Amino acid sequence: MANPSGIGASVRRREDKRFLTGRGTYTEDIRRPNETRAYILRSPHAHARIAGIDTADAQAAPGVVAVFTGADMAADGVGSLPCGWLIHNKDGSPMKEPPHHPIARDKVRYVGDPVAVVIAETTAQAKDAAELIVVDYEELPAVASLRAALDEGAAGLHDDAPGNVCYDWHLGDAAAVDAAFAQAAHVTTLELVNNRLIPNAMEPRAAMGEYDPATGEHTLTTTSQNPHVIRLLMGAFVLGIPEHKLRVVAPDVGGGFGSKIFHYGEEAIVTWAAKKIGRPVKWTAERSESFLSDAHGRDHLSKTELALDKDGRFLALRVSTVANMGAYLSTFSTSIPTYLYATLLAGQYRTPAIYAEVKALFTNTAPVDAYRGAGRPEACYLIERLVDTAAREMGIDRTEIRRRNFVPKEAMPYATPVALEYDTGDFARNLDMALPLVDYAGFAARKAEAAARGKLRGIGFATYIEACGIAPSNIAGALGARAGLYESAEVRFHPTGSVTVFTGSHSHGQGHETTFAQLVADRFGIPIDNVEIVHGDTAKVPFGMGTYGSRSLAVGGSALVKAMDKVERKAKKIAAHLMEAAEADIEVKDGRFAVAGTDKAVGIADIAMAAYIPHKFPLDELEPGLDEQAFYDPKNFTYPNGCHVCEVEIDPETGVTRVVAFTAVDDFGRVINPLIVEGQVHGGIVQGIGQALLENCVYDESGQLLTGSYMDYGMPRADDVPSFTVRYHEEAPCTHNPLGVKGCGEAGTIGASAAVMNAVVDALAEYGITHLDMPATPERVWRAINESRPAMAAE
Amino acid sequence: MACTITLTVNGKAVTREVEERTLLVHFLREHLGLTGTHVGCDTSQCGACVVHVDGRSVKSCTMLAVQAADCAVTTIEGLAPADGTLHPMQEAFREHHGLQCGFCTPGMVMSAVDLVTDNPDPSEAEVREGLEGNICRCTGYHNIVKAVLAGAQAMRSADTEAAAAAE
Repeated sequence: MANPSGIGASVRRREDKRFLTGRGTYTEDIRRPNETRAYILRSPHAHARIAGIDTADAQAAPGVVAVFTGADMAADGVGSLPCGWLIHNKDGSPMKEPPHHPIARDKVRYVGDPVAVVIAETTAQAKDAAELIVVDYEELPAVASLRAALDEGAAGLHDDAPGNVCYDWHLGDAAAVDAAFAQAAHVTTLELVNNRLIPNAMEPRAAMGEYDPATGEHTLTTTSQNPHVIRLLMGAFVLGIPEHKLRVVAPDVGGGFGSKIFHYGEEAIVTWAAKKIGRPVKWTAERSESFLSDAHGRDHLSKTELALDKDGRFLALRVSTVANMGAYLSTFSTSIPTYLYATLLAGQYRTPAIYAEVKALFTNTAPVDAYRGAGRPEACYLIERLVDTAAREMGIDRTEIRRRNFVPKEAMPYATPVALEYDTGDFARNLDMALPLVDYAGFAARKAEAAARGKLRGIGFATYIEACGIAPSNIAGALGARAGLYESAEVRFHPTGSVTVFTGSHSHGQGHETTFAQLVADRFGIPIDNVEIVHGDTAKVPFGMGTYGSRSLAVGGSALVKAMDKVERKAKKIAAHLMEAAEADIEVKDGRFAVAGTDKAVGIADIAMAAYIPHKFPLDELEPGLDEQAFYDPKNFTYPNGCHVCEVEIDPETGVTRVVAFTAVDDFGRVINPLIVEGQVHGGIVQGIGQALLENCVYDESGQLLTGSYMDYGMPRADDVPSFTVRYHEEAPCTHNPLGVKGCGEAGTIGASAAVMNAVVDALAEYGITHLDMPATPERVWRAINESRPAMAAE
Repeated sequence: MACTITLTVNGKAVTREVEERTLLVHFLREHLGLTGTHVGCDTSQCGACVVHVDGRSVKSCTMLAVQAADCAVTTIEGLAPADGTLHPMQEAFREHHGLQCGFCTPGMVMSAVDLVTDNPDPSEAEVREGLEGNICRCTGYHNIVKAVLAGAQAMRSADTEAAAAAE
């Protein structure tokens, strides 16, 4: 009988009870005896020289324990926050990597750049004291947007980055693209803005530093998606603490979406300060600080051209993108608009020639880095807007032009012209599944019915493919990654047959405590309650690269399978010994180890007991114990893909757009827990809809953040979105990992913004509107409609 | 300035000295150690801090602790019965996967209970409108809405059973 908690079962989440009863333990919830609270004083200016800082009054304020500035950290030799991916310019020279100090030293470069930390008995006292710090700023002209940075004569942020250029990179075959364009029957061009977003995990970032002078051990508790990575980056590059004296714990973490991958300066500040003052130091961001100081996402300007033959077959794609890095390089910032973006520009299509160039610029804004999807939503949006535009210009149905250009499943594995090899995928199947679900044939009638109500109805399609489960370490290394990208797992059977799994993946909403336990329950035929999943603590988990890029199951789950393979191999030997049979005769099924052709069998619990009380045990051949560790380094990326379809209705009088239906058909390979997978898709879709209709990070010309609270930044709320139709198929499992899984965390976000915008433009087509930049706010839509009206009237 | 307040929290009387500027949410978290009530913003928008004050949902970041003097406050820790089972709304969230990272969940559940107390049989649109003051970044609201509709039904059934038992 199949295990009710095994693979494919919608097991209800084991972590839920603690969250539902208020017993979760997030960083801010942890209390330590004698703890202090830190408040970070941040720059109110986007760009200024610090002529002096006077902290005397603050030091003397009630409850204040210490005040530190960048000079104090410099005096202690504290280093710069490192960037984890080196990009090379077109000419082969390395990118510019200006220093990024946890507390600014001579200059501030964005509103929110830390200038001092006040440590006091209470947060209120620390904030009160911070008001007494006098910082002498000499303001400098700000470069607050990509467009400003592109201006000749824009002020320079960093002395060693002329023109504010971090890198000028390219990928693909420019000559082949030029040749294809020369042959084209039709060329579609679009200029696109991929709007800047603020991730907004609901738990604000927090960090607590502790130091034990008796052992010399530092502990950092932090809101991180990858505690081992933080230990390595902060220990080795910033504070000079060796790994064995630095423990990093990421307890319950309230969402990440990429923004909690990175090593932030506050983590170094509290770790360093805890030793300085000899007491625990805790910092928790206020939401306003999160808006200012969390790494933002997206922010591209792109010029794009698609060459087609007379039948609408794609011949070549040319892309020129300018990407915003913000004021400093966040941990993985440089890889996002390059290897996670340009490499995806083939999408689901067999475009034979692609050339992309990407110029990354510094601006006086918060650092920009990975946000859910990270490069792939930008690529998908670009491709799918181009495809829709081309279809409209050439009079080809939008589903038909996609079908004509899909990489057929027979062509798998398929090498794209932009460096990836898709292992599997059945793109036509996704579309075939989606069309009846959305009743595409009935759309015209729905549009007419909406028109009768005075509404404009549009339908939009987006197909996407993403590269997840990053990735073979050696390939990533050759492309500039400064980290390995494997994952580790340890499977520890206890003497009575229960299991503790230690995984380097980290759950901050994804439900690993359930899904990973399902893998173990399924494999060994044991109740899921006998399996505990431990993650998020460098003192417990051997090593880990963490959770991002939809990699947990594909990489971390595969490591777990490898560790379980090792356990099973050893268990087989023990079973053979226990039953006095040959190892070759042992058959394993659902956790039972049986001697073939007999009724003799032992369970994994019996084997575990024998392993830890090795009285009847092959001691000359095996070590006691049943505890195995494995590292798994992927052979390739995984390639989740799908087809998303959105229907919108627009009120032409107000410009308000409502998403009235959204359908996602996805291929995530094998699905372990459908309930969790569907939940990931729902959440992703709303982040995509958010980008398309609501969310926009806006700085004014002087670099002040205008969207710095939930009153100004359009977070999607329950009444902004409908319920969704979500389907998946498992007909094209990943070919190179043992579970056949591809990853599902980012898919919704990648497909949704393009599907929504294609629907919006479709709804507005009758006004002659062919493009609108995100977000399609009521104001933008209303203006577009009204600007088109005089033209229509004149016709 | 500090002052002394007495109130009931999750059924227990508590007396504490607080600064006048102390918000109810900070009082619950810092003074009482009830960290299930979360702070997700500083503009009273996100709803992570929703508790019940005298039976009505309140964003505890918009209320001073001193304003809750002599009131009965229920936090997420006090919602479930003492026997270790879950409140029907909590159970519905679990059953329908209405939570992911869990950070907005306490406020979401407390708001949902109040919503259903007001409107025992809400439509999907009413649930969506009723939760407009609670932001979730993980779930896309799909399963939260499902959970609240199911939780409402379970609360109605529980009420019917209780009424039948009383007769």
